[in-house]
Parts: sequence; C-alpha cells; structure tokens
Amino acid sequence: MELQIEDSELVRDYISGDEKALEILINRHNQRITSFIYSKVLDRDVTEDIFQDTFIKVIKTLKRGSYSEEGKFLPWVMRISHNLIIDHFRKNKRMPMFEGSDDFNIFSVIGDDKLNAEKQLIKDQIDTDLRELVEELPDDQKEVLIMRIYKDMSFKEISENTGVSINTALGRMRYALINLRKIIEKNNIVLTN
Amino acid sequence: MEKIYTNYPEKAEFSKVCPKTINFLLSFSQALYEVEYKDLRFETFLN
Repeated sequence: MELQIEDSELVRDYISGDEKALEILINRHNQRITSFIYSKVLDRDVTEDIFQDTFIKVIKTLKRGSYSEEGKFLPWVMRISHNLIIDHFRKNKRMPMFEGSDDFNIFSVIGDDKLNAEKQLIKDQIDTDLRELVEELPDDQKEVLIMRIYKDMSFKEISENTGVSINTALGRMRYALINLRKIIEKNNIVLTN
Repeated sequence: MEKIYTNYPEKAEFSKVCPKTINFLLSFSQALYEVEYKDLRFETFLN
C-alpha cells in the first residue's frame, strides 16, 4: 500500500525549500481544482489562466510565510480560485468579451479598411475608365480637373499655376464635371464600386 | 446509440490543466525569491 503524505506535511516541506513538494501538491489537486474552475467558466483557456493565477497566489503566500496551516490546504486553494473566478466575471462584465460562434463570426461584421482583392480590382478598373473619360474633356477643363482631383491642389494654387482667376478655375471645374457626366450618360457607362 | 454521448465531448473531458501550465508554475516557484530588508519584503526572480 502506498503511503500518501499529508498536504500539511507537503506544505511544510515546500516552505522549507523542497520544490518537489509543490509538484506533488499541484498534481494531487489538479483534477479537483481544474474541474471546479471549468464548471464555472466553461472555457479551457480561462480555466488554465485561473488555475495558474491561483497557484501563483499560493506560491507567493507560502514563500512569504503568511500561510497558517490548519490542515485545510485544498479548501484554501479552492477559495482563492473561487475569488479569481468572481474577479474574472466582474472583469468580463465591465469589458464583455465577444467571441464568435459556429453560426456567427464577428469578423464577418467588422473588417479592416483595406479592400479585398475583388473590390481593389473594380476600383482600379474604375480609376482607369475615369482617367480615359477625363482625356475626352477640353484641355482647359481637363487641366483644372487634374490639378484639383489628382494633384489635390487648391483653387488658389490652380489659379496661380494656370494664370487664370479663381472664379475662372472654379467655372472650368464645374464644366469639367458637367461634361464628364454628359459623356458617361451618353455612352451608358456604369461606374460603381 | 449516439444519444448517450454528450454533444460537447471537449467540454466534458477537460479535467486537468496541461503540463505546460504546471511546468510554468514549478519554474515560477523555483525562480521566486523573497528578500527581507529591515521591515520590508521584496520579491525577486532568479534566473
């Protein structure tokens, strides 16, 4: 018959520097504590985290020498993990963690701002088509439109660069847009993303 | 026949943390060192 060393004795050994005693204690109560935590949180990763935090507290308390041995090692450890479970739920209430399920994935609702490959292709195609349409405009209107849209210049800068007044530049821009719309309508071109 | 089994076998089977967690705790314990200076206590980690 195998003789089982009492928890209290292992705790005493551990406090006096026997690291092996801790390993025995953890392995002895692993199943009980893990099942207890898991029954409350129902998440493997969270269980591992809480189990780890529980024993970190146990180790610190024992090394600090502030544990009073009353033959209740397991209830004490369970109480620590119970408190950590409560902390976990409190924290989750403040900052709810949303995880997708099999039916619903959060990433189908939120995504990054980057276009996917298909949308990028469509956008490139529209840009190319538009550039060709701009080429159809009279030179003075084309010049203003390119400076404003593609070179992002202000109307003041356009006026200085082309040697016309700001009002004239504004007028050319307006006519450029009107004419672009006319070309698009006339040729039944669909520009959409 | 299949009805006697749980729909969530993964959840039902989880009863022990992985050895990695235990190894971490053992290493943590070995590295943790308490230093006392006058009335103060410091926690240090030895590598």
